[in-house]
Amino acid sequence: MSRNTTHRVRYGMAIDIDRCTGCGACMVACAVENNVSVPPPPAGDRKGLTWIRVYRLHNERPYPESRTAYLPLLCQHCGHHTPCVSVCPQHATDIDPETGIVSQIPERCLGCRYCMAACPYHARYFTWWDPVWPAGMEEIFNPDVSPRMRGVVEKCNFCHGRRQVALQRAAAEGRRQIRDDEYRPACLEACPVGAIHFGNLDDPKQELYDLVHGERAFRLLERLGTEPKIYYLSSQPWVRRLLHNGIPASRRHPDGGRPDVAALRHQQVLARDPRAEERRRS
Amino acid sequence: MKLASPDRPLIMRGVERTSLGRFLLWLVPWLALLAFGLYGAYLCLALGLNQTNLDNRFAFGLWIFLDLAVIALGAGAFFTGFLLYILRREELADLINSAVVVGFVCYSGAVVILMIDVGQPLRAWFTFWHPNVHSMLTEVTFCITCYLLVLFIEYIPIVLRNRRLRRIPAFLVFEFNLHKVMVVFAAVGTFLSFFHQGSLGGLYGVLQGRPFAFREGFAIWPTTFFLFILSAIAVGPAFLMLVTRLAEALTRKRLVHPRVYTLLGRISGWLLVSYVLLKSVDTLIWLNRTAPAVGFLGHDFYVHAAFGTWILFAEIVLFGLAPALMLLIPRVRQGRWAIVAALLACFGIALNRFVMTIQTLSLPSLPFDKLLLYWPSWQEMASFLAVIAYAVILFSLSYRYLPLYPRERELQADRDPDSVAPRAASRTTLAVGGAGAGTLPTSRR
Repeated sequence: MSRNTTHRVRYGMAIDIDRCTGCGACMVACAVENNVSVPPPPAGDRKGLTWIRVYRLHNERPYPESRTAYLPLLCQHCGHHTPCVSVCPQHATDIDPETGIVSQIPERCLGCRYCMAACPYHARYFTWWDPVWPAGMEEIFNPDVSPRMRGVVEKCNFCHGRRQVALQRAAAEGRRQIRDDEYRPACLEACPVGAIHFGNLDDPKQELYDLVHGERAFRLLERLGTEPKIYYLSSQPWVRRLLHNGIPASRRHPDGGRPDVAALRHQQVLARDPRAEERRRS
Repeated sequence: MKLASPDRPLIMRGVERTSLGRFLLWLVPWLALLAFGLYGAYLCLALGLNQTNLDNRFAFGLWIFLDLAVIALGAGAFFTGFLLYILRREELADLINSAVVVGFVCYSGAVVILMIDVGQPLRAWFTFWHPNVHSMLTEVTFCITCYLLVLFIEYIPIVLRNRRLRRIPAFLVFEFNLHKVMVVFAAVGTFLSFFHQGSLGGLYGVLQGRPFAFREGFAIWPTTFFLFILSAIAVGPAFLMLVTRLAEALTRKRLVHPRVYTLLGRISGWLLVSYVLLKSVDTLIWLNRTAPAVGFLGHDFYVHAAFGTWILFAEIVLFGLAPALMLLIPRVRQGRWAIVAALLACFGIALNRFVMTIQTLSLPSLPFDKLLLYWPSWQEMASFLAVIAYAVILFSLSYRYLPLYPRERELQADRDPDSVAPRAASRTTLAVGGAGAGTLPTSRR
């Protein structure tokens, strides 16, 4: 049914690292929207559940050159050879050709965690405990999202429940398509500084299109070739150097895509020690 | 005068086994270990995998590493079957039964651990219902399940050859007919094993998002697919050699003809040396071409002290090339050093599986992430110890009541009684199923 009601889109995101203050509102909004359970205290950051995690980046320089930035990391919805989808033995995770959203079907998940081993972004989380919430929190459950049982993998699905609701509303109004402003993930709405942008990556009319094609945009671990649909924006050289994975594709060796090892090594030296280049010149 | 064991009617005619009391005494510590391990496994199943020290980054841990190692070591079962039934190396008939039991305990143990390792064991059948044919794990699940069935079928005739069960004519006929088609099962087992050993290597080799494990390859198979097959068939015979030597030491008997060891050593040596050669070529290609192509320098993988270049050296040279060369020298192969070589080889393959599973997950993939270490919880370790206890118990029972070593009786009879007497007199240590301390040397005939 839904195949006839939507047009083919490629949902993606742009996150402005220079704007992010690391407040964590996106994490809270995400947990509330998606009925993410609250693991008991021993969980910590290694066994915890959060579909979007804000990492703290530091340039490892002493004051006054010390700089900090924050990186919200969620499922990157890889578009090519999606690492988790290709390894799941029972199609419990899939990429929707209509939207490009990488979904997770907890009811079918075996809990083998092969997808977690495959994901280079560590964006997948396992439910190590039975799902529990602080008393009274059941009152604010989102009825559009099913809570997950113990022993399965869960992750960001671009608030797919919201898209379903938008589709139903559109259908009730006799429309076959949803408008751009009808479907937006919870993290975007919660972000107080507007660092998160969401939309169809293929639609040149959207603001997102200009952002991801701008000079400030890059993706994490781009060289792995998995075509992630989350773009990060930053003008700070140290952030761009730190997050860049190897040499950009355009600087590849001309014969058959052989890697330019010298350029890669040079870039890594710069990432570790930005002053190296200046010292070498002087 | 010594009374016969109450279970004597179950024991093969003409072979010596220790008294039932001593045998039960031998089993007690293993049963205790099994009970302890089952309690750990119960906690994991009942309370959830929060009982382990696995986490969102270390999605795989001790269990997967040991499963891979145990399955590689259990490769002796299919490879011996292949050599005996397909290539007609008749001397291996001496230990084919024990090879089947070793394979069976290794595989069944690994499958049980996998069932504890997954979060929703009751959904295991989903893989057969909604299979993703692009996943290496699907292939592994299919092949291991089928091969475990093959091992079970291969185990049946050994069980039916028990002295008591042989009296039932129907069993005898069934066993006879099953034996006639065993070549088919050996062929099927070989086919299945080649694929799942390879797919276990492929599990990590295909991980494009994990540059430390990712390898290029042929068609859909990364090079680790072929290296895992080769390393498993190289180390399978070495592990059988170790198990048989251990059984001989514990029972103080000659169970197989010495030429079997020579053959196993030679096969293991040649396969191991080819494995080391190909592994070295693969490592060079990976460090210089595959990893840089996805933005990682080979050097990046070895900057952490916990996993420095020493581990690469240990895996390829110390526990790869060294035992391979030892097994290729006839004088070493026939002497006591063969055991050391086999031990080194088995350890080397376990180290390779460790590197592929644990080290891959330890190393950071994100540029701002750090090296992460993990230590298994007691529940994880106990569950695996239960598998070891189970293996020892099943092997001991099989040795006592089944013809694990068909030539045992013949080899005992061949031995010079004069050389037997002094050894029998010093027989004071506990034996798996060996002759009891009070047994007279003359009764060995």
